[in-house]
Amino acid sequence: MRKEIVINPITRIEGHAKVTIFLKDDQTVKEARFQVIDFRGFEKFCEGRPFYEMPSITSRSCGICPVSHLMASAKACDQIVGVTPPTTAVLLRRLMHMGQMIQSHALNLFYLSFPDLLLGMDSDPAERNIFGLIEKQPDLARQGIKLRKYGQEIIEKVAGKRIHSSEWIMPGGGKWPLTKQNADYLHSNLHEALDITVKTIAFFKNCLEGLEDEAENFGNFPTYYLGLVTAKGGLEHYGGKIRIVDAEGKIVADQLDPATYYDYIGEAVEPWSYMKFPYYKPLGYPDGTYRVGPLARLNIASHCGTPLADEELKEFKKLGKNGIVQSTFHYHYARLIEILFCLEGVKEILEDPEVLSERVSAKAFVNNDEGIGVAEAPRGTLIHHYAVDPQGMIVWANMIIATEHNNLAYNKAVTQVAKKYVNGKRLQEGMLNRVEAVIRAFDPCLSCATHAVGQMPLDVTLIDSNGKIVDRRVR
Amino acid sequence: MTATTVTLKIDGLEVTVPEGTTILKAAKDNGIIIPTLCNLEGLSPYGGCRLCLVEISGSPKLFPACITPVSSGMEVTTQSERLTEYRKMAVQMLLAERTHICSVCVANDHCELQSLANQLGVDHVLFERNWTRLEIDSSHDFLVIDRNRCILCTRCLRVCDEIEGVHTLDLKLRGKDAQVIMDLDEHWGNSCSCTSCRKCAKVCPVGAIYIEGEPVSHTKHKDIAEFITERRQRKWKQ
Ligand code: SF4
Ligand code: SF4
Ligand code: FES
Ligand SMILES: [Fe+2]
Repeated sequence: MRKEIVINPITRIEGHAKVTIFLKDDQTVKEARFQVIDFRGFEKFCEGRPFYEMPSITSRSCGICPVSHLMASAKACDQIVGVTPPTTAVLLRRLMHMGQMIQSHALNLFYLSFPDLLLGMDSDPAERNIFGLIEKQPDLARQGIKLRKYGQEIIEKVAGKRIHSSEWIMPGGGKWPLTKQNADYLHSNLHEALDITVKTIAFFKNCLEGLEDEAENFGNFPTYYLGLVTAKGGLEHYGGKIRIVDAEGKIVADQLDPATYYDYIGEAVEPWSYMKFPYYKPLGYPDGTYRVGPLARLNIASHCGTPLADEELKEFKKLGKNGIVQSTFHYHYARLIEILFCLEGVKEILEDPEVLSERVSAKAFVNNDEGIGVAEAPRGTLIHHYAVDPQGMIVWANMIIATEHNNLAYNKAVTQVAKKYVNGKRLQEGMLNRVEAVIRAFDPCLSCATHAVGQMPLDVTLIDSNGKIVDRRVR
Repeated sequence: MTATTVTLKIDGLEVTVPEGTTILKAAKDNGIIIPTLCNLEGLSPYGGCRLCLVEISGSPKLFPACITPVSSGMEVTTQSERLTEYRKMAVQMLLAERTHICSVCVANDHCELQSLANQLGVDHVLFERNWTRLEIDSSHDFLVIDRNRCILCTRCLRVCDEIEGVHTLDLKLRGKDAQVIMDLDEHWGNSCSCTSCRKCAKVCPVGAIYIEGEPVSHTKHKDIAEFITERRQRKWKQ
């Protein structure tokens, strides 16, 4: 006999998702499930389309970090045409992707997460948003808005449009070079963005002290971590190979070729969710649960490779044992470090004379019937895998998105939070907010922005063991 | 010899144009813009899309301006609520006829159908959409046709026939089932008449014919037909 508490929809994340909390007879929490109920089936939708349309289709129809989809997709397309993009094309793709990382992380932090953290979990939801933050912490909010804008501007200056800039990317590179004027513009605004980030990190570390309780109970559990690293094991977002590290910090597998992901990543299916459940094959399902995303990336990377981010990474690693930080709460800190890393990367790229070269694409037609592209999206490892016919029409497509990799971890995290904060037959505001916040810490989706402000549409139902509604709150 | 001229009124403005001029041309030469889609300067008129419909006083019927010649004393109205309604409907029908998803189209932001829809304020389609699954032919080295986005304006047929002079392109089937074909329904890559001149891609108003790997914003040049026609007449010598 069990009771269900349903929180639906989770606000400030994209799509329709709901959390179901199962109570035991004694009103304590048995387990919780995070369900995505919005199945979009893009893989089917893509069949029959020309392969070079995939970057545009996937970045549009999925909405989870469009630029990361562009990258993973373009890399899969590079393989289909069988070319290596010119150096400058890679620099520009990386630059654009850093822009995405900066804007997406800034969005999550300043618009979605800081309101929770700084205004308090138990504060009025109507004020717990960017506007509330502007009121209470005007400087911080304004800086966050600026930082996000800078990320967007990078994308715009490279590819033309801020949100959907799929016209620029093509198999084999990009369609037009970066102008000197645009490069100079980005360079001249870099300093301020770096400054904001350094200040925010200092400020955030200060705040951490009051939030030990959250850090302790926010999806703080051991898992494996998976992500891309450079050949030397450094932080990597665009290229590199896959590394898997266990909860003790031991490298379980390293330099795995993303092109053979299916050899070591399995995809399980559960009847109650449309999402697939990826797992590390050698460990089986569900023991092979791993996490991806900012926290995972910093856990697996031995260094960042840029001076400021490296300093910060050292401090970050101190938060955990053997350099492994388990609490989902620290996704926030990880995001800040990644912003720093990206800004330093932007500087390196902009100061590379190659970046202005006119040679930005290698042209070729279909030469292979299969292509696999991998990139680190802000939310984690993103895999695109296509098969095409001789004319280049998609005959089969498979995508593994970050939200799916984290699927198992979500459920663990939600269960942990629910166990700590849910009790009794009534739903408390603070408890609901914490369940939402833990999911938001993973940052399931970018378009959360659409729900970012104003009154949160939240429908909470409490059902007793006879299936009768005993408590329901809609706000 | 003096050409015979005709005097008429367009939107209240009295205009005098040579006999045989179309209402569309007469309006345009006098600074009045009538929306069009299938019509293209430099190509023969076709009269298929019905966007250029106008009212002529004394007749309850609507007339396509691109193929209706002027006549003396005519009073033409190019803008009215009724006309806007018809034009909106024409755009909606085109959108419903095939698979138009602007957000994932190569021509997004550089599409004449899309910009007309925006101009006219078409923000939804009232007709049931046909989500077509017609053949996409990318067998040519760089030209691609996605028939699911074709609005059957026949600009490509006309430019291929009248300007390039090879008549590679034609239509098969009728009505909404009509499809652009190459030669006798060959794959484009096997067409022996196509000279790969790209003119069809330049004039296609939507994302149906395009050049693989090149931004549509760089490859669409719908003025090409008019340009070539004028050059052929060696107007600069006169
Ligand atoms: S490329 Fe030229 S010749 Fe070939 S179909 Fe198009 S217009 Fe005709
Ligand atoms: S392919 Fe383009 S130019 Fe040709 S008929 Fe279709 S829409 Fe018109
Ligand atoms: S422009 Fe006159 S009918 Fe198409
Ligand atoms: Fe999203």
